[in-house]
Amino acid sequence: MAASALEIEKNPKFQELVSTRKKLGWSLTLLTLVIYFGFILLIAFDPKFLGQPIGDGVMTLGMPVGLAVIVSTFLIVGFYVSRANAAYDELTRQIVEESK
Amino acid sequence: MSRFKSLVPASLIGLALAAVSNPVLADALAGQMEKQETNWVAIGMFTAFVIFTLGITKWAAAQTKSAAQFYSAGGGITGFQNGLAIAGDYMSAASFLGISGLVYLSGYDGLIYSVGFLVGWPIVTFLIAEPLRNLGKFTFADVASFRFGQTPIRILAACGTLVTVAFYLIAQMVGAGQLIKLLFGLDYAIAVVVVGVLMIVYVTFGGMVATTWVQIIKACLLLAGATFMAFMVMMHFNFSPEALFAKAVAVHPKHLAIMSPGTLVTNPISAVSLGLALMFGTAGLPHILMRFFTVSNAKAARASVFYATGFIGYFYILTFIIGFGAIVFVSTDPLYLTDAAKGLTAIKGGSNMAAIHLANAVGGNIFLGFISAVAFATILAVVSGLTLSGASAISHDLYATVIKKGAANEQDEIKISKIATVVLGVIAIILGIAFEKQNVAFMVGLAFSIAASCNFPVLLMSLMWRGMTTRGAVIGGFLGLITALLGVVFSASVWEAVIGFPKGSAPFPYSNPALFSMTIAFAGIWIFSKIDNSARAKLDRAGFDAQYVRAQTGIGASGASAH
Repeated sequence: MAASALEIEKNPKFQELVSTRKKLGWSLTLLTLVIYFGFILLIAFDPKFLGQPIGDGVMTLGMPVGLAVIVSTFLIVGFYVSRANAAYDELTRQIVEESK
Repeated sequence: MSRFKSLVPASLIGLALAAVSNPVLADALAGQMEKQETNWVAIGMFTAFVIFTLGITKWAAAQTKSAAQFYSAGGGITGFQNGLAIAGDYMSAASFLGISGLVYLSGYDGLIYSVGFLVGWPIVTFLIAEPLRNLGKFTFADVASFRFGQTPIRILAACGTLVTVAFYLIAQMVGAGQLIKLLFGLDYAIAVVVVGVLMIVYVTFGGMVATTWVQIIKACLLLAGATFMAFMVMMHFNFSPEALFAKAVAVHPKHLAIMSPGTLVTNPISAVSLGLALMFGTAGLPHILMRFFTVSNAKAARASVFYATGFIGYFYILTFIIGFGAIVFVSTDPLYLTDAAKGLTAIKGGSNMAAIHLANAVGGNIFLGFISAVAFATILAVVSGLTLSGASAISHDLYATVIKKGAANEQDEIKISKIATVVLGVIAIILGIAFEKQNVAFMVGLAFSIAASCNFPVLLMSLMWRGMTTRGAVIGGFLGLITALLGVVFSASVWEAVIGFPKGSAPFPYSNPALFSMTIAFAGIWIFSKIDNSARAKLDRAGFDAQYVRAQTGIGASGASAH
């Protein structure tokens, strides 16, 4: 007989899945918010900062920083996906199996 | 290829070709051109695209028999394909031409703007994608209404969807008309009708299968074209960003200022508000959310955001290079300017044409035709996705659930959806023509604000918070929708630029309402759920466990249909 929702919620594996995924998801959400709003507020409060030159030419600090924000967005998503693929799918499979 | 060793000869060849096949282009040096001479290369390539995609639509129509096929391609799209389709929805003509145009005009500000559009994707991945796939079938309202009173939540979600889609669609239609007038030399009205009719054909006959494949093909063409342009620009500078920037700084009237933040972000509250709208609006756009139902399971949904983020991030880096390339090659060439003495700002057709002119400069008339055709295809693919999501809200949420109380016949539901597509298409054509002379730049921002202030809070709270009730969701959601709408109307971009009140008279002092309207939506949902002691509220809260388990594990989720 299939387990009820309340029974599945009591399964320690379900609790492990939910708590680890929630922790990772919200930490990475927070990290994304900090990176993005850090970038935006830095520009709003100190526009000169990212305009300072690096090297001998016209290159400014803002260029690598802006590129880093774009790349970090992709890496953060990639990190989450690799963690989820490695851990959560197997855990979910076991929970589904046990609640049949 | 030696021909492309240096960009200068290549562009000269392009110009020679352009002058031979298109004498009016040379005459156009004299003055402002409202409408280009008919560009047969572009029209030929676009026709090839249309014939090919109509073939796909025919193939898709043969397998689109069930509601699941029509709304969600039967869940048979892979994560990689869906990633491309999502990226395609996001890489609209507005972001391709608009952002490269912004970079052309002010350099670094264009980068800040595009970053805002990208950072919503992690949020979608972590908070929305998997539970959405596990709980829903065809529309995000399936998820938002999972444990709630069906009628009120479906009406709210359908309003949120239709308002978002309407503004997004009008902006795209007006953009389409203007662009096609410039690119192909067609009349504005004819251009809008062509877009509207093709979109109706794709969606009514091919449903989600055709809409997805049109979007995938266009995404590949656009990425290939933009890659080629960026590659040609970088090759000219021996792949040295420093050399490209140095040359751009030398020729741009703002000089070194293009290398640092300019006027885009000045007021911190406006900046945060816009950032919130872009970030969380992405997680509430109905035509994006519906794509998560086209894959087979939560794992594929997760993978599709990963691919989409990669493609979109890469695309924004390309548009940045393209914008700088246009500063170097377009703003210095009298061929692309209405008045060579005025320089950069006198670009023919306005700054949105920067990428198009650059296509001619680096690849000649054939490549110009290719990029023009891709820009047209882009609009077509994006409006198709928008229309399908609007039609789904009408047929699946309003007709099948609200009017028929969930007992609609499947074939009737599909029929209503197709009728809704035709009606939406006709309305889009009429509004597209009606808004020809209007400034519609605010509309995309408005669509994002409403998505962030109505769709996203209701969706997120329904997934995360046991205490939310039907009443709380409906009141909070509508408060968010209305305050977002009012905030935009009372801001300078509508109050002064569209309605025409004097400068400085706008009652709402910030450029975007999301900071306030999102707060009001979340607070409204919380307060009105807390004080809700109705019998319905007890059912709403009691339903959380079943919803939670299914959202987390996918037990009971609708699977992919057999293929």
